Amino acid sequence: MKFDQPATTNPIDQLKVIGYPHDRIDGPLKTTGHAPYAYERHDIVADPAYGFILGSAIAKGRIASIDTGAALAAPGVLKVVTWKEAGPLAKSKNHTAHLLAGPEVEHYDQAVAIVVADSFENARAAAKLVRIDYQREPGRFDLSQQVGRAPPKGASSGEGSGSEPVDRVGDFEAAYASAPVKIDRSYSTPDQSHSMMEPHATLAVWNGDRLTVWTSNQMIAWAVRDLSETLKIPKENVRVVSTYVGGGFGAKLWIRSDAVMAALAARAAGRPVKVALTRPQIMNNTTHRPATVQRIRLGAGHDGKITAIAHESWSGDLPGGKPETSVSQTKLLYAGANRLTADYLATLDLPEGNAMRAPGEAPGLMALEVAMDEMAEALGQDPIAFRILNDTQVDPEKPGRAFSHRNLIGCLELGADRFGWSRRNPRPGQVRAGRWLVGMGVAAGFRNNLLMKSAARVEVTRDGRVVVSTDMTDIGTGSYTIIAQTAAEMLGVPMETVTVNLGDSSFPASSGSGGQWGGNNSTAGVYAACQKMRDEVAQKLGSNSADIHFEGGQVQMGDRRIPLAEAAGGMSVEDAIEYGDLGKTYQQSTFAGHFVEVGVDAFTGEVRVRRMLAVCAAGRILNPKSARSQVIGAMTMGVGAALMEDAVVDKRIGYFVNHDLAEYHVPVHADIPHQEVIFLDETDPISSPMKAKGVGELGLCGVGAAVSNAVYNATGVRVRDYPITLDKLIERLPEVA
Amino acid sequence: MKPFTYERATSPAGAAAAAATAPGAKFIAGGTNLLDLMKLQVETPSHLIDVNGLGFDRIEPTPEGGLRVGALVRNTDLAADPRVRRDYAVLSRALLAGASGQLRNKATTAGNLLQRTRCPYFYDTNQACNKRRPGSGCAAIGGFTRGHAVVGASEQCIATHPSDMAVAMRVLDVTVETVRPDGSTRAIPIADFHRLPGDTPDVETALTKGELITAVVLPKPVGGRQTYAKVRDRASYAFALISIAAVIEPDGAGRVALGGVAHKPWRVAAADAALPQGAKAVTERLFADAHPTTENRFKLPLVERTLAATLAEHKAEAA
Repeated sequence: MKFDQPATTNPIDQLKVIGYPHDRIDGPLKTTGHAPYAYERHDIVADPAYGFILGSAIAKGRIASIDTGAALAAPGVLKVVTWKEAGPLAKSKNHTAHLLAGPEVEHYDQAVAIVVADSFENARAAAKLVRIDYQREPGRFDLSQQVGRAPPKGASSGEGSGSEPVDRVGDFEAAYASAPVKIDRSYSTPDQSHSMMEPHATLAVWNGDRLTVWTSNQMIAWAVRDLSETLKIPKENVRVVSTYVGGGFGAKLWIRSDAVMAALAARAAGRPVKVALTRPQIMNNTTHRPATVQRIRLGAGHDGKITAIAHESWSGDLPGGKPETSVSQTKLLYAGANRLTADYLATLDLPEGNAMRAPGEAPGLMALEVAMDEMAEALGQDPIAFRILNDTQVDPEKPGRAFSHRNLIGCLELGADRFGWSRRNPRPGQVRAGRWLVGMGVAAGFRNNLLMKSAARVEVTRDGRVVVSTDMTDIGTGSYTIIAQTAAEMLGVPMETVTVNLGDSSFPASSGSGGQWGGNNSTAGVYAACQKMRDEVAQKLGSNSADIHFEGGQVQMGDRRIPLAEAAGGMSVEDAIEYGDLGKTYQQSTFAGHFVEVGVDAFTGEVRVRRMLAVCAAGRILNPKSARSQVIGAMTMGVGAALMEDAVVDKRIGYFVNHDLAEYHVPVHADIPHQEVIFLDETDPISSPMKAKGVGELGLCGVGAAVSNAVYNATGVRVRDYPITLDKLIERLPEVA
Repeated sequence: MKPFTYERATSPAGAAAAAATAPGAKFIAGGTNLLDLMKLQVETPSHLIDVNGLGFDRIEPTPEGGLRVGALVRNTDLAADPRVRRDYAVLSRALLAGASGQLRNKATTAGNLLQRTRCPYFYDTNQACNKRRPGSGCAAIGGFTRGHAVVGASEQCIATHPSDMAVAMRVLDVTVETVRPDGSTRAIPIADFHRLPGDTPDVETALTKGELITAVVLPKPVGGRQTYAKVRDRASYAFALISIAAVIEPDGAGRVALGGVAHKPWRVAAADAALPQGAKAVTERLFADAHPTTENRFKLPLVERTLAATLAEHKAEAA
């Protein structure tokens, strides 16, 4: 189905199933431990071998010699595979670093070998017996040294957003120079780790020259392609299965070393091998969100209208890598005739930087939305009024191009009302509750809506069950449930009648999960297949689609009512949603108003979030319960980004030092107060037949800035280097005692 | 994890003797720290002596009016004991500020005293660490030191002791009772139990080879208002940036010990004496010989301000 005109009224608009807060249909399986994740596929192989990946002990250099003798002689060891045994491997274009090092080492903890044994414990113990002599080479590990020197570099973030290296509209320098009110501020965000619950894990099984991997991956079709490219085997010989995924946040957009090394190990050992990365390996062996240094200059008239806006961002990656596209939202969020945005890329020999939930916007808004507050203060304006004043309904770089639907103002106004913004004291450091300095902060949330082709197969069984199959993944988001809702709505059956099969490359290729595109696109693909089923049923019954209705498990045609099983039993159709140029003609984005109240301990500087509210405008909400779960999880991640997450680089050695969850802090329950989420009741007919948009990343975008603005309102201390930890506040807090 | 042999101890002296004779032997009780370190091969015992069957799981009154806490009393049980809550509130509060409910259910009193540092360089076997591999150097010095010691460190090691419980025990002046391989017993004041790193940061306590902790003796109740202030980067399940165990009398006299600042719970007699003069005077004495790094210098004002909060609360309650 080609979607190249805005949607008109369609069966989804019935809203008999769509739009209701259905519980997850996979929930009971998960809560009772019956949903097997990749490492738990005991049903596939009773007696697999176990692989343990040995990572490089240095950040940059060469392996001068490697001795696997002691490891091979250790109890239970079957094989040791290094680059010497692996055979020729390619690097797919989605990987910056090789997934197996040797003899060159590109980053710390890059895989240098896999030890295969009869038990996990034996493999892990033997890995320590591999003797390696490294020739260290000096590396570049300090982003700050390259700020102002690194060259501009444009890129796709890999999750849809992206930018030209340098974008100019009007004459920024002249407008900024003549602006009566202006600010020039720099901000930094640290490297961050996805820290999803389920580590990367793979079970690899060869059958002749055909490979099947049960793995934990967000994008099944990409995984097939990248495995085939890396291993140099035909795509047809690769099958990838990710039935359940315990979180990804971008860490599993592309295959990682677990998949490739498990495949190599299984081939070498001549038996199935399973591999899971350990928690420390996730920090340095896989990818992370790169640190940024950002400079923002804003110029405005006394009336508060922005006349000049510049956002520049520096980040680093391995040679051949990509920048964190932190300036992308600044192209679109606010009006202003004179604009400059630029991403600069430093070369760093740290582990590979890559997409993490809302790449670009997440760190970009942590700077931009603080700068907006700083500018509002310089103007003497309320932060919300200032944002509303500078709202735009068109792409500020291309004024002829409208937003498909944009109600940022509605988010901010409703949020202000619900949150009690009028009670905020605009003078910082004034509100005290016992030990706590209390403040409120706001930020706009912004993230684009991305359109991706997505296919599905729909079958009606002889007994009237509806079976949907697509390689779409459910990474904890609720894909199973919203897909079942879509099929139930389209074919007029109860939810319980629908079976959803996901995450297998033998199913039609979907959009996959990433960039908050999964919900809208994968259901639109199911919509397309269901519409085809409706058309074929109509044709079979000698009617046309407009004259028949699917309702209550029956097909109605005039006075005739035929059970679906009779009308469609045994039929199977496949279709895909494909998009025309509506994504180009219109700017499709999602919007939020994030509101946060914090308390800062007047003595210790500890920051505790007291209240949170997100008001989201993201098109039709297919399932308010799973959408809310996405948003509150993202808000939690935003608190982590603002207050604690920091993958610390040892700039001498070149690695992330705090490489476990004891030392890399993400919020715990005690850090998170009640979170309120409001979805504006809206549809976006330009986005897809579902009239929905993405929401999973919107919930994160802007949260960090809202926290930061609240800390400033509470204390009068502005911290521009994230995370806002107490050591950055304490010397500047008011005297106590 | 390296392969190891395993035995269940049947008597305290027998366990001590076995630990003294079997090469590479270590005791295991709750295992909440040791097993993690073994998986990473930070610890590589070749023989484990499981002491869980030795009893030592009771809290009993002593003739002096205190409590004898068996070495195997779980952190949860110690924190919840009504006598501890009533008479040694600082200990109960410190325990509950540490780890998680699941860990406290498993972790023992003796094991908590013996837990190893959380220095990230200690945890990564690719990095130099004099504590893990004597003579290899200290990667932490000159590296990421935000959580490290600001006082009492050496050129060989700047690690901190991570325990909350031990800080409360230091302020209470408990005694650690042990049995040695020859069956003799001794009592070690907590002040002498943990060592500063000096030139041998791998030697963390006064225990000799094979020596087994059997109990911790709390002195008779010390009275006062007892608090434990733990400052950390998130609200729960994080090690202390700094912590303050305090026992304050109605007249403002009292005692304080710090966690998160040194290789051992940190207490200075002159600082105790300065308590009536307020937080600044106490902090100056606690940190008379401090050598912070630029990354952990904040711990000094943080201690002062946190102590100020503690003293203000004491004052408010006394009034």
